[in-house]
Amino acid sequence: MRAPDLHLGRLLAVARKETLQLRRDPRSLAMAFMLPLGLLLFFGYAISWDLRRLPIAVRDEDGTAASRSFVAALEGSDFFQVAERLDSRAEVGRGLQDGTVRAVLLIPRGFSRDLRAGRRAPVQLLLDGSDANTATIMMNYADAIAARWSQQVVLRGQQPPGLVTAESRVWYNPTLASRQMIVPGLIAVIMSIIAAMLTALTIAREWERGTMEQLAATPVHRLEVVFGKLLPYLAIGFFDVFVSVVLGILLFGVPLRGNVLLLAGMTLLFLLGALGLGIFISAALKSQVLATQVALVVTYLPALLLSSFIFDLRAMPAALQAISQIVPARYYIAVTRGIFLKGVGVQVLWVQGLSMIIFAAVGIGAATAAFRKRISA
Amino acid sequence: MSAAVQANELTRRFGGFTAVDHVSFQVETGEIFGFLGPNGAGKTTTLKMLTGLLAPTSGSAVVAGLDIAREARALRSRIGYMSQRFSRYGDLTVGENLELFAGLYGVTGERLTRRRAWALRMAGLEGQEDRLTADLPLGWKQRLALGSAVLHEPKLLFLDEPTSGVDPMARRAFWDLIYELAAAGTTVLVSTHYMEEAEYCHRLLLMHRGRIIAQGPPGELRSLMTEPIYSLRVDHAPRAVESLQHAAGVREAALFGRDLHVVLDPGRDDPDAVVSLLAAAGHPVHGIERVEPSLEDVFVALVRREGGAVPA
Repeated sequence: MRAPDLHLGRLLAVARKETLQLRRDPRSLAMAFMLPLGLLLFFGYAISWDLRRLPIAVRDEDGTAASRSFVAALEGSDFFQVAERLDSRAEVGRGLQDGTVRAVLLIPRGFSRDLRAGRRAPVQLLLDGSDANTATIMMNYADAIAARWSQQVVLRGQQPPGLVTAESRVWYNPTLASRQMIVPGLIAVIMSIIAAMLTALTIAREWERGTMEQLAATPVHRLEVVFGKLLPYLAIGFFDVFVSVVLGILLFGVPLRGNVLLLAGMTLLFLLGALGLGIFISAALKSQVLATQVALVVTYLPALLLSSFIFDLRAMPAALQAISQIVPARYYIAVTRGIFLKGVGVQVLWVQGLSMIIFAAVGIGAATAAFRKRISA
Repeated sequence: MSAAVQANELTRRFGGFTAVDHVSFQVETGEIFGFLGPNGAGKTTTLKMLTGLLAPTSGSAVVAGLDIAREARALRSRIGYMSQRFSRYGDLTVGENLELFAGLYGVTGERLTRRRAWALRMAGLEGQEDRLTADLPLGWKQRLALGSAVLHEPKLLFLDEPTSGVDPMARRAFWDLIYELAAAGTTVLVSTHYMEEAEYCHRLLLMHRGRIIAQGPPGELRSLMTEPIYSLRVDHAPRAVESLQHAAGVREAALFGRDLHVVLDPGRDDPDAVVSLLAAAGHPVHGIERVEPSLEDVFVALVRREGGAVPA
């Protein structure tokens, strides 16, 4: 095949037309500018994996100053709140069962005696395991609080002599605030959806209104159409990411540790692919309603579930891990988190960059191919 | 100068359906060449093949010196095309639509200014540049579509049912524009299902079910019809038609406006027999005259001669 003779003038004519149409279409404008903002604010505030003031019940059979001090330490941590004090062991199961408390702390008789004698003084924490995630987090919290409390007992000159305690330290997100992890990931998820949705309308609309045939009858090349249509949406995508980043920093306090230019470059690659995907869907389906729905399904769920946004990919079955390889949001999430939280550079993110270059090439290639097929069919 | 269009056994099938069936014809430079036929006759499919929008299943055509299959893209810059549905952007203004198509056809700079002004004047849209195209009456939209299809001064212009849905006045105005363009040397290929519009063409191709049933200038086509035709004025033509459907000596009886057109068998040119037949059936005839066959009469007669059903 000969190299197509492409003209910037024709490409710009398409881009200008697309911009003018976009400017007059309140629905598209809302989707382009309001929706990402709304989603960021909504999810940014709504999603939090941090647990606060979990209601627990306490059965203190020891009833000494030491046991009360331990309970106070638990409550003072802000993670737990004593909702109920139980009078007998028989009541232990009830609160867990009806869900009024998430855990029950049992301090056995002899707790302070054992402490004074320098023996291990076990307390029992009964957790509601029906929400395994929360249970694990509670367990870790409780362990940490117990360890700190023991340390304080030691420091106050009481026995027993210092025991070795494991001290874990969290890097990158020292307070393990989930919002810091959510916001960079959220930007990737939102942009996956918005980018494909924006362009999903553009070619289908031309088919529905009968303008595509007219466009096809002009000397415009399909690459000029695809890139001409891409251009305005690329600008919108960049604007959206920019606003999201600024909001992430100012509103949600997410640190931006890495290179802004690298983020911009990676964003460009990602947007090219995501917008191309939308154009492909639009050209293949020729219906605005259908294209929007398909675009939503193929971007939203994978971006949410198979991108490590919520679930750790390494914990998934091999089949899902394999599928996640073709979810572009997965790479972009690694990029946003990497650049925001770790401040890593291209020497770490080149794999993601390469993956997104492939994604962009496939997206735009498929869009162009689908477009060609439909004109001559 | 060779023919503007040379089509050779053009055929297009969609699955098992043959939309265009071995169609051959030639269009001379500067002609207004019409495709006449009912919906589904294959007019649009033929035009789409000639403009390189649709690949023929078999057969070939040379348009403006270019092969439609191998040089489709080069072809598109030499021709203007106006598709069946109104196909300019309703959410762009008149001026923006013109500028878009100028951009797509590579009309820029001083030429753009000149051609844009020309198109506005031609379409009668001066002073309307900033109006949204969607707000224009259909007749104006069609003129805008025509204007934007010829911004690049194509040698050939393809119009697919350009006036469908437009009122008769606007249709006349549109045809004046077509004549203007043809007078300036543009070859025009136009499809229509309006018989009276077909009369404006220099030469016609009558199409039915994907095939050519006749071609030639309108006058010549009319003379193809040798059977005498009578126009009868009756009180209730639709009911009168029924009573003539199987009458002896009557080849064809059809409604023509509020009148009745009756085609007699050539050997039995006896209109009085029809008059008495109708009177006996309770339809007194108020007037009868022999008329020149219209293109519609010719079309119906030719389709019947081919043994096909007459389209509604």
